[in-house]
Amino acid sequence: MTAHAPEVIAQHQLTADEYRKIVAILGREPSYTELGIFSVMWSEHCSYKSSRLHLKKLPTRGRLVVQGPGENAGIIDIGGGYVIAFKIESHNHPSFIEPFQGAATGVGGILRDIFTMGARPIAVLDSLRFGRLDDPKTGARNRRILGGVVAGIAHYGNCFGVPTVGGECIFEPCYDGNPLVNVFALGICKKEEVFYAKAAGEGNPVIYVGARTGRDGIHGASMASAEFTDEAKQKRPNVQVGDPFMEKLLLEACLEAMRTGAIVGIQDMGAAGLTCSTCEMGSRGEVGIEIELDRVPQRETGMTPYEIMLSESQERMLLVAEKGREEEVYRVFRKWGLEAAEIGVVTEDGKLRVRHHGVVVAEIPNRELADEAPLYDRPHTHPPRAGLIPDLPVSKVQRTLPTLLSSLDICSKRWIWEQYDYQVRTNTVAGPERTDAAIVRIKETGTSIAISLDGNGRYSFLSPREGAKLAVAECCRNLSTVGARPVAATNCLNFGNPERPEIMAQLVEAIEGMAEACAFFDTPITGGNVSLYNETLGEGIYPTPVLGIVGTLKTAEPVTIPFKNTGRAVILLGGIGECDDTRFGGTQYAKEIVKQLWGLPPALDLEREKRVQFAMRKIIAEGLAESAHDLSDGGLAVALAECSFGPNEIGALIDVDSDLRPEMLAFHEAPSRILISTEFPKKVAAIAEKYEIEAPVVGVTIEKGIEIRQRTITLGAWEIGALKTAYAQAFESHVR
Amino acid sequence: MKARVFVSYKSTVLDPQGQTVCAALRGLGHRTISDVRQGKVFDIAIADGVTREEAHKEIETIAHEILANPVIEEYRVEIVD
Amino acid sequence: MKFGVIVFPGSNCDHDAFYAVTTNLGQKAEYIWHDSPSLGDVDAVILPGGFAYGDYLRCGAIARFSPVMGAVGKFAAAGGLVMGFCNGFQILVEAGLLPGALIRNRGLKFVCREVRLRTETVHSPFTNAAQEGQILRLPIAHGEGCYFADGRTLDELDAEDRVLFRYMGNPNGSLGDIAGILNRERNVMGMMPHPERASDPLMGSTDGLTIFQSVLHAVVRA
Repeated sequence: MTAHAPEVIAQHQLTADEYRKIVAILGREPSYTELGIFSVMWSEHCSYKSSRLHLKKLPTRGRLVVQGPGENAGIIDIGGGYVIAFKIESHNHPSFIEPFQGAATGVGGILRDIFTMGARPIAVLDSLRFGRLDDPKTGARNRRILGGVVAGIAHYGNCFGVPTVGGECIFEPCYDGNPLVNVFALGICKKEEVFYAKAAGEGNPVIYVGARTGRDGIHGASMASAEFTDEAKQKRPNVQVGDPFMEKLLLEACLEAMRTGAIVGIQDMGAAGLTCSTCEMGSRGEVGIEIELDRVPQRETGMTPYEIMLSESQERMLLVAEKGREEEVYRVFRKWGLEAAEIGVVTEDGKLRVRHHGVVVAEIPNRELADEAPLYDRPHTHPPRAGLIPDLPVSKVQRTLPTLLSSLDICSKRWIWEQYDYQVRTNTVAGPERTDAAIVRIKETGTSIAISLDGNGRYSFLSPREGAKLAVAECCRNLSTVGARPVAATNCLNFGNPERPEIMAQLVEAIEGMAEACAFFDTPITGGNVSLYNETLGEGIYPTPVLGIVGTLKTAEPVTIPFKNTGRAVILLGGIGECDDTRFGGTQYAKEIVKQLWGLPPALDLEREKRVQFAMRKIIAEGLAESAHDLSDGGLAVALAECSFGPNEIGALIDVDSDLRPEMLAFHEAPSRILISTEFPKKVAAIAEKYEIEAPVVGVTIEKGIEIRQRTITLGAWEIGALKTAYAQAFESHVR
Repeated sequence: MKARVFVSYKSTVLDPQGQTVCAALRGLGHRTISDVRQGKVFDIAIADGVTREEAHKEIETIAHEILANPVIEEYRVEIVD
Repeated sequence: MKFGVIVFPGSNCDHDAFYAVTTNLGQKAEYIWHDSPSLGDVDAVILPGGFAYGDYLRCGAIARFSPVMGAVGKFAAAGGLVMGFCNGFQILVEAGLLPGALIRNRGLKFVCREVRLRTETVHSPFTNAAQEGQILRLPIAHGEGCYFADGRTLDELDAEDRVLFRYMGNPNGSLGDIAGILNRERNVMGMMPHPERASDPLMGSTDGLTIFQSVLHAVVRA
């Protein structure tokens, strides 16, 4: 074979060095199909070549970790003979190109990652970022993207039958041309019934199941190739259409087929489709896989080996069955009306061998292809710095609270989550906006799983290291606020172009901060996803590390956000907290009132954070909290308002003893603080003392109103009804 | 004057609805059927006094920019009197 | 008693209905696969929610051709109790076992929320345990739950006391605020809200159990 032209290599996004490495591995020039295979396996998306070096810094082991990174999803032991499988993944770029299908297939992909491990998905959450909806230039497009993404998630999740139980949604101009759609999914499985994406057993059949292969999503490299005409390019969409009904059948059929005991290993075909699944299953099992492309079910005619190997058609799985027991597997797939085809066989030689019409079109050693992808230590300098402290106008607390409550980031997202079925499977103990963390029960064990997603781009821009730590702390605090003990984490790292040293610095610092905090809270990272090159008009997005942390608790009536009764003591667990002008620059007050970003994120003391969380869990375990809500976006005043928005509209009169300026007192966002109401303030005080944290009684719950005083001087007083209406209706008015 | 715009997935794009309907029809014994594609039809009334050319140009634009997503869909415009 | 829960390809509330009538109600139940030609020895049948055949074409339009629907038709004709919740209701109207149609929500969006329903009749095997006019809190979760029927049918439903539930605060544009109806013989019912999701205290309401308890009374009495 002759060498490929430099432009063909470049179109495959391979460098000259990478190409030389391919030639060295093969001992010859690669065929065109092989070039395509290497280009997807060694892409940033599949190989993590820019981030791998630093991802190694993350803690991945723990007492409860059954499976860490490297499989389709992480697995954690939750006791009682059951495990959970979970992961978060991004679908940012496809969601910009085609919001509805991009988001829908994002949900489909992560669900397959879960059930390929043998786990039935029981919860989805999503973390979304969009550009500003009211921007005169980009607002209309951003609203369309938002509407499409939400409808796409709803379409796929609702039809599939998995509840979307929570998430977050934030708006910043930096996401104008690059929305973030990060989807988290979690499933449950008996401990001894976990499946792995590992091939084994020479002579075992390799079986393809699910949707047929079309020319979907074949990567940009192929589209640029000279052999396609313009018209053909038009017809080759980079965006796939999801089929949630097919996925639902695939779920049921796979779980049923797994129970036959005839399946050796199984993997979904996600990014890089057939290429990735064959080579990774072979590599993990240290075996070879040989397939004949003629036997791959195809939706279109005349597909080339290159196209079949690189197609990203959705709703497909690859499995290895025990030789002689194929019929047991086929019977199950027939029952569910699904196509299953034997396309190859496991071999001993460790090679991925691909035939087309009987002729070998690719022959690559699996291990080198999967594990010897390039690794880059990209130069990293310092993250970009924010501006200096601006002149800070005085904004009265009285006027500011309604403004913040109706701002996009803070207001109720009911418009979004009512489009999701958040109850199907009847496990949702706490769905959207009822608690700080979503709670789903495990019917089989009497245990519940609490889940929280968090990532604050503003904080992370001001300090990637501190921002990542704050996200970990916030997730863990959300879990503790419902009484759950954090046990493990997954991450989605959304960053700009890693070839720019200041962006690479953001990535490195965020990973290091995350590593420190995850180690500290004993929440190992069991998997996740890195999404790089996220940019709007050549400018990177805010570094946006999104954490998904899961915790466990005993199944019971949840402690929710709203105050329940009047006359209860209102306690600010963790105290008033500290802030100054520098630390005020990342807050929602800075965003909505000052309209700037400056300084540093709020200061986090990990030790104190942990003690507050321990105390909180103890308070809930002893049944002392009637309500609980952590302070985050918008600080004390916003949290207090949200606690008052329950069906009974019970508010509070609080009086805070503090030297802070009024607006800083009301709206600063120092972490490690939780607002609770209790009938037993003395018992709570005793627990706080034991954990050496401040827990001032700041007030008392009252009917109908909210009032905030600072050393007896009233900063603001509000009727709950009006605030609640502003909070509840704001989003819809922004979306219109 | 009226315009009619047909929008459907491009022939190379998976059409889950068409596919499921096709499988169901075949399952019911309609063996003469080999494929089904599903789409949408928009019937648009044109204001009086607009020429055929103007209408066609305008509807083309609407079809391309709003009614269809050219990334995955194709469309056909018909002007009927 | 024993409930049969029909499983169509794409049903996704089948496990929930099963759980509600077994664990929450304490009765027996079995799944019945969509290509089964008979219902076996069940006392009542549930067509659960979900997206049978993806709801492609129209909700319930393909599922009604499933072999099991023949058996459901015969069971109903012989006086057996048949319940359709959400997608199950859509299938029953497509199959002609209940009148009318369910079309796209007026707001054009899928809606998942708790609604309040007024019990319009207690003279049915599905509401005999309720009080006349009793308000039930049940969740809805659908994109196509707007009940539609012609004027004559609506009049007939009223005149024959066949409206089971009406929404208090219409969430989807249903004519006459109709959330659930009966057939003329009063042994087949369909409703868009999900009683199986409101049968466990942890889910925030147990009002859905009233419906299952009514069925239990009706079957045990018979």
